[in-house]
Amino acid sequence: MANKKGGYIRRISGPVVEAVVEGARLYDVVKVGESRLTGEIIKIVGNTSVIQVYEDTSGLIPGEPVETTGEPLSVELGPGILKSIYDGIQRPLKRIEEASKGVFIKRGIQVSPLDRTVKWEFKPKVKKGDKVKVGDILGTVQETELIEHRVLSTYEGRIKEISAGTFTIDEEIGSIEFEGKTKPLMLYHKWFVRKSRPCIEKFPPIIPLVTGQRVIDTFFPIAKGGTACIPGPFGSGKTVTQQALAKFSDTQIVVYIGCGERGNEMTEVLKEFPHLIDPKSGKPLMERTVLIANTSNMPVAAREASIYTGVTLAEYYRDMGYDVALMADSTSRWAEAMREIGGRLEEMPGEEGYPAYLARRLAEFYERAGRVRTLGSDERYGSITIIGAVSPPGGDISEPVSQNTLRVTKVFLALDAPLAYRRHFPAINWLKSYSLYNDTLEEYLVENVSSDFPGLVKSAMALLQKEAELQEVVQLVGPDALPEREQAILLVTKMLREDYLQQNAFSDVDARSGLKKQYVMLKSILKFHERVKGALDLGIQLKRISGLPCIVRIGRMKEIPETKMDEFDKLHKDIDDEFEELIKTR
Amino acid sequence: MMLKEYQTINEIAGPLVFVDKVSGVGYNEIVEIILPSGERRKGQVLDVGERIAVVQVFGPTAGISTTQTTVRFLGETMHLGLSTDMLGRAFNGLGEPRDKGPKIIPKERVDISGLPINPYSRETPAEFIQTGISTIDGMNTLVRGQKLPIFSGSGLPHNQLAVQIARQARVRGTGEKFAVIFAAIGITHEEASFFIRDFEKTGALENAVLFLNLADDPSVERIITPRLALTTAEYLAYEQGMHVLVLLTDLTNYCEALREISSARQEVPGRRGYPGYMYTDLSTIYERAGRVRGSKGSVTQLPILTMPGDDKTHPIPDLTGYITEGQIILSRDLHRKNIYPPVDVLPSLSRLMNLGIGADKTREDHKGVADQLYAGYAAGRDLRSLSAVVGEEALTEVDRKFLRLADDFEKKFVQQGAYEDRDIDTTLNISWDLLSIMPDSELKRVKKEHIAKYMKRKGEPAEEKK
Repeated sequence: MANKKGGYIRRISGPVVEAVVEGARLYDVVKVGESRLTGEIIKIVGNTSVIQVYEDTSGLIPGEPVETTGEPLSVELGPGILKSIYDGIQRPLKRIEEASKGVFIKRGIQVSPLDRTVKWEFKPKVKKGDKVKVGDILGTVQETELIEHRVLSTYEGRIKEISAGTFTIDEEIGSIEFEGKTKPLMLYHKWFVRKSRPCIEKFPPIIPLVTGQRVIDTFFPIAKGGTACIPGPFGSGKTVTQQALAKFSDTQIVVYIGCGERGNEMTEVLKEFPHLIDPKSGKPLMERTVLIANTSNMPVAAREASIYTGVTLAEYYRDMGYDVALMADSTSRWAEAMREIGGRLEEMPGEEGYPAYLARRLAEFYERAGRVRTLGSDERYGSITIIGAVSPPGGDISEPVSQNTLRVTKVFLALDAPLAYRRHFPAINWLKSYSLYNDTLEEYLVENVSSDFPGLVKSAMALLQKEAELQEVVQLVGPDALPEREQAILLVTKMLREDYLQQNAFSDVDARSGLKKQYVMLKSILKFHERVKGALDLGIQLKRISGLPCIVRIGRMKEIPETKMDEFDKLHKDIDDEFEELIKTR
Repeated sequence: MMLKEYQTINEIAGPLVFVDKVSGVGYNEIVEIILPSGERRKGQVLDVGERIAVVQVFGPTAGISTTQTTVRFLGETMHLGLSTDMLGRAFNGLGEPRDKGPKIIPKERVDISGLPINPYSRETPAEFIQTGISTIDGMNTLVRGQKLPIFSGSGLPHNQLAVQIARQARVRGTGEKFAVIFAAIGITHEEASFFIRDFEKTGALENAVLFLNLADDPSVERIITPRLALTTAEYLAYEQGMHVLVLLTDLTNYCEALREISSARQEVPGRRGYPGYMYTDLSTIYERAGRVRGSKGSVTQLPILTMPGDDKTHPIPDLTGYITEGQIILSRDLHRKNIYPPVDVLPSLSRLMNLGIGADKTREDHKGVADQLYAGYAAGRDLRSLSAVVGEEALTEVDRKFLRLADDFEKKFVQQGAYEDRDIDTTLNISWDLLSIMPDSELKRVKKEHIAKYMKRKGEPAEEKK
């Protein structure tokens, strides 16, 4: 139980404070100074505790009191998390604004993570006398229009009492007999952020996370429960890609962590999401989203904590049986926060000044992804997909954060500055990226899209690789020196690049493509290629082919809405007709 | 709080002074150091333990001794007295008047390190600022509340470009002008007077506040100067409802000062000797831009930095680019071709552009036109190197058109006079003129109906000649 003991400050150096704290335990949360700033004990030497403080330490004086809460850093898990925007230690920014009485975040503000005034309508799923296990669903609360919140048992025992009705999270919904004692049941519980929530079993990922982004879903698919990383220099579109994934992925819950990034960007997400409508449910996307915003100028120690806060919230919804996508933008800022604190602690640095435990921490974080069978006696499955952005200095991924991330993630989406410069978005380089899920997801695609989809993907990728080779030749001798067959490849790969890989995030229709549309689009281009090859064999000049009207139509096919898929049949037919005409008039 | 005075300095190292036997000293507190000669200098507490306080001195440490020097702890962090009377005035890098005017009687005293703006309380920047410069308005649009740095190199005309923006920037339709805050960070006297002369000439000076830390002023002051400027900007914007444009030049000098202090403190260095916390430190400057709920005003930042060796991957531009909402990059190649402003649009970017353009803000065709120009210019530039190898004759007809587009783009769109103030319609019309070089089938980024509405084709001149 909480033992409130304390001590006093001995030394202050930036966000790191040394203090004598009686009853200090590693990773316990403490309140520092007269202004009661929140901090966490990260090292103990003799009777001195080293504390990282989550707020600005200006004005603290040695000798001021320090009090320990006797508990490690934890989050409150219960209804009211969705639609919230939190800082790195789960303080809701909305209530910080009310408490600060202004637009700036004042220091020492204590606000509760969950709203304690809201009354939730609770419907029990168990009754008096039932035996429940840890993870069993006690009942449900409609948290938002989209999401039913499942209240999970944290005890194994027999229900003594449980009632339907409306409750605030501080009111008891019933009680349970646990190890001979009666414990109250509430709508929320606490969990330590640095400890991952347990599950029964982890499964290999076999279902794709449909992101609606053609280059990803077709060529570098991410699996539900998988991990992906997006490294790229600044301006290559990391954040735009992350936001597109948050908007269009077919998951039930999205946790978006803005870790050490721009304030205006978070505001944009905040203003935009309530207006964006989920295509499947017709409800605002915010109904399924929780945002964690610890911008670059907010305290660096809270930035370190923000990743853990986010992934713990994600695990909580996974345990309810939902598919969760977690976007971390950017893990490099998280690593830098570790480096900064490590430096203040005068730790022996590893590579490029990063602490020696960087690789372990990154691996631990990505390991919290996965498709699992959750705790509880009913069979429930949930997943967390982690997509982390990496911001390598100068775009050079030989640095430690990128390298250690690549070792643990399965999908690598390489963002490329030259592509971004020519406004080829998403600026994902198709030659450098990879996905290790291509094979595991093939079965799903064959069953759910089309049996020849994987084959088409392979031929398209082969063409793109061929193009890179041909371009080298073109650089030396010019395009006219190539044989017509190879010039035709260049014509087709230009289509692939411009009419398939490029996607306009600002167009209503093109921003998201379902798998079926992706398939017919790819099919159109490859069909065109087949016909070109055939025509060339019959001795038709490429010059005549490149004037065909269907080329322009392929160029505009991304604007065909998914409600009018029959237009693609017509396009396929017209491609055939135009080539037949060409052959006839040869 | 009681004043505390000590004469117990036991170590002086570079800009740092170690004071022994102190008690009750706060972290980041301001100190005054009184030298044996009677001269006074200011400093700030960087690290404080139960006995020893480490003080960073703003100014030279020459003349400080361990015996006869008094250190007075002032009991508060660095504050700046603020008032609207500051408009039209010039201050030094520590915020003391530098012109011959009277002292400022403050309406408010505010901690200069500022507090982070709550992301929840921000408003999305969305008002288009017309700078009158095509490469910015057309392709890297600036909006109110944005931070958009100019990445330059030594010898490039970044100062001219900055004053031109300061002179011409306005919100379309309203004609509202900005209050300008100018912070000189370690630049030469000559450069500073170029700015001041231009402000005087155009009458911008009465709506400007100047903070000047020049090259021969103490380098440690450079840590303070930008924060003074931004504290003033926040006051004018959020308290007085003004639209403020902050010019900070040169951030490279700021980072050099940061490195100097870090090395004096014997910290573990990060890349190229710059401290590991430079990203966080820079963010506490750049993030002080924006718009907030409940206030009419805005802070727009235009920091200038010179990239050492024109290298964009150097830590200073690199970390800056990760924090700011885009960048305007100047190119030595264009400068050599005598093109002003030598903005290289390809690596330049405005992240907030899409929020500030479109039918009700600039013009419906803006986004498509900008994307098309980007794609076309990029293709044309690639073809230049190809045509240098194989000759222009070996290119296809379409490729030759791309080449022409790239050349004309530089000559007609990028190139403009230092006093030429193009409105957005002019900029977009020039764009359509350029795009008319290309056949419709290559114009995939613009909408068909926009081609019909805005494109004026002048026959087919290029083909007929052959």
